[in-house]
Amino acid sequence: MTPLLVAQLGLTLFVFIMLLNSAAGMVYFERKVAALLQQRMGPYLVGPKGLLQPIADVIKLMFKEELRPAAADRLLFALAPIISATAAFAAFAVVPFGAETTFFGLLDEPLRLQVADVNVAILVLFAIASMSVYGIVLAGWSSNSKYSLLGGLRSSAQMISYELSYGLALAGVLLLANSLSLSDVVDRQAGTWFHVVPRWHVFLQPIGFVVFMIAGIAETNRAPFDFPEAEQELVAGYHTEYSSMSFAMFFLAEYINMVTVAAVATDLFLGGWHGPFLPESMGWIWFLVKVGAILFFYVWMRWTLPRYRYDQLMAFGWKILLPIAVVNLIVTAAGVLYFGL
Amino acid sequence: MTIDVIPFYLFGAVAVVASLLVIAQRSPIYSVLLLIASFGALSGLYVLLDAPFVAVIQIIVYAGAIMVLFLFVVMLLNAPHEETEEDLAREAGSRPRSASSGLKVFGVVLAALFVVELGWALTRRGGGAFPGRPVTSVAAIGLSLFTDYAFAFEVTSVLILVAMVGAVVLAHREPAGGNAHWGEGGSQGGPPE
Repeated sequence: MTPLLVAQLGLTLFVFIMLLNSAAGMVYFERKVAALLQQRMGPYLVGPKGLLQPIADVIKLMFKEELRPAAADRLLFALAPIISATAAFAAFAVVPFGAETTFFGLLDEPLRLQVADVNVAILVLFAIASMSVYGIVLAGWSSNSKYSLLGGLRSSAQMISYELSYGLALAGVLLLANSLSLSDVVDRQAGTWFHVVPRWHVFLQPIGFVVFMIAGIAETNRAPFDFPEAEQELVAGYHTEYSSMSFAMFFLAEYINMVTVAAVATDLFLGGWHGPFLPESMGWIWFLVKVGAILFFYVWMRWTLPRYRYDQLMAFGWKILLPIAVVNLIVTAAGVLYFGL
Repeated sequence: MTIDVIPFYLFGAVAVVASLLVIAQRSPIYSVLLLIASFGALSGLYVLLDAPFVAVIQIIVYAGAIMVLFLFVVMLLNAPHEETEEDLAREAGSRPRSASSGLKVFGVVLAALFVVELGWALTRRGGGAFPGRPVTSVAAIGLSLFTDYAFAFEVTSVLILVAMVGAVVLAHREPAGGNAHWGEGGSQGGPPE
């Protein structure tokens, strides 16, 4: 085993564990921010400032009984949460989160902080996103319950509709970067204009960024687009019939997807690990700060905006967001062609 | 045998077995899922062939977009199992297919085939099948598609449009009155009376 291979394996394990932790952390963060916005306390009893609350939740989930409806399709009912969770973990593999490093000279050649540097990384993200739809569709269908089926259909229709705007918003950045590799896109955003403004894509693609964020919220099924979990009408949507750890897997997938979308938005629009004051090797701190800011924005949106009506959601996605994304792409293409942005 | 061959046989075996099972078992929803597995294995083969772009597109377009639609149709029709031959025979006796719908299907298929043939014929004339340009990089694929194969590309889009119109024609049920216009006539939607 070469040191590089060991480092690569260690990095993979590290990302895996950090994703698990980020889901637990997000649960705590979400509850605390929600409490802040609603002038409540939030969890405060378990551990100092309620910090151990996620652990208590996980233990509770583990000891719950695993229920399965009698009329459910056994194999698919078991498979659906596995698909969701696997897709969520797999998507982060192509997201770079730090500059190349030798780990204080331990390695001969530098290693990029990224599990897999694929040259079509952005397309891989899409492929995995399209696979994660199956987890939700199958969960809805195999439960053999009307709430599950409706929730599954709604959320997959929503994900498929907003995937288009999501992709077109991305395409603008790809035109600017002239590459499908996420690390190339980040590298292009190093430095500043006029020694003041960082060369982030968000300044060249403000509309693309807004479209991307909205579509990202819809893609992760979060409020104000949380139709799969429209509890007033659908109980809990596609995971109504799930309990214990198979429910936990859906939960995990949802929060990891949020982290992934935030990380991708950081890489594409906010300059990834590039930022002032810190040396390149400490760039991952900037990365964490930016991802945290986007996640805070997500939580903020959830506890501020009411849920859309379903037809409004579809009309907004197809009649407003998609045309804006298309026009943005055309203008960007023209800009690249004639002005060489 | 080198170690590189192992993933090839693995993906190949998965593709063949999954494809066989698609037609060998009766539950339509499992057929769809097995077809997705087969597409996934094919995509693995593309990776081995050093064509990551094609591999990922295979997943996005076929395993993702198209199969989700298949799954929707199967789920919403809620077809539990494929009908046995006796069922089909009984049904054929009780409800004959109308000749005109068969004619429509045939017409649409014929038109589609004609457009494809036309596309191929006109493309073949200039350049060979693959004029020796490497098609592994995204830029190279884009260039080939919009220069050498521009006509075939445009024709394919027309073909898809034809298929879409055909689907609408086939799915649209004539209102009971016969020669009524679209959207008019009783149960076909429109404002409630």
